[in-house]
Amino acid sequence: MNLNTLEKRLLNEFQRNFPLAKKPYAEIAMKLGVDENLVLQILEKLQSMGVISRVGAVFEPHRIGASTLASMTVPESELIAVADIVSSFVEVNHNYEREHKINLWFVVTARDDKHLQKVIREIEEQTGYEVMRLPMLENYHIDLGFDLKWT
Amino acid sequence: MFNKNIDEEKKSSEIDDIDRQLIIATQKGLPLDPRPYNEVAKKLGITASEVRQRLELMLERKIIRRIGAVPNHYRLGYRANGMTVWDVPDRKITELGKKVGTLEFVSHCYQRPRHLPEWPYNLFAMVHAKDRSEAMKMTDKIAALLGKDNHGHDVLFSTRILKKSGLRLVSKTNDY
Repeated sequence: MNLNTLEKRLLNEFQRNFPLAKKPYAEIAMKLGVDENLVLQILEKLQSMGVISRVGAVFEPHRIGASTLASMTVPESELIAVADIVSSFVEVNHNYEREHKINLWFVVTARDDKHLQKVIREIEEQTGYEVMRLPMLENYHIDLGFDLKWT
Repeated sequence: MFNKNIDEEKKSSEIDDIDRQLIIATQKGLPLDPRPYNEVAKKLGITASEVRQRLELMLERKIIRRIGAVPNHYRLGYRANGMTVWDVPDRKITELGKKVGTLEFVSHCYQRPRHLPEWPYNLFAMVHAKDRSEAMKMTDKIAALLGKDNHGHDVLFSTRILKKSGLRLVSKTNDY
């Protein structure tokens, strides 16, 4: 992927501390020594390329409501069908196939634990497979964004 | 003094309806408009300065981790997404988890429950690398750091992304 210096700086230096000013993009532009329109244009381009999924807040799932990592062991031939059922729940916000006997991994987030358990039971019922619950017990990492290495 | 602490505790983990609506309104991203907070404010029927204040407070209360550009690792060439999982002694997990969590290539590091016998691992660390061999080198570094406290580990690479969206907060009335 060929990104110019300005595009790389926008990606790497503005993953956090997005200005809470009236005109945040103008403030970013000032820091970069360019004009606001260019910043908006580049962000739009990066977003349409899919290089950034959005400019916005990253919420801490464990601080609002209840959430858990969950996994299932599903026969390969049924994986897509089962994954589609799992993904259809609005409470599911990540769903990956991973190379392991336990092959379907997803995150469930709900407003409280009762609702969370209800969703998981519903997933088990609709798919016919048991869900392994792996809630976070302790967090050992402080999220400062992701340092992209341009090598 | 006691009451104050309880109040603060409560305050730090609770969000009100407007905060909730603000999360719902912004979770797909802030508008790429010169005055993005005005747009959000209009939707919620509050002022732009209240939007900014509330975002700032949620940052302080650590309900929001960060605000900014959210990169898509996969599109940027970080194709190997490895979930490394470790079986370490429970009594030492806090000390070990903190060490692993500060490694610069680890993006998430959590303690999670074991499910014996099929799942003996209690420490999870995510690594993102350009390819699998680079991810395996990172895994080796974690193994070296844990030393004798590593009673077994595995790396689970993602092979397909079946759904990826930011945290979705469902409105209160939506009983799915």
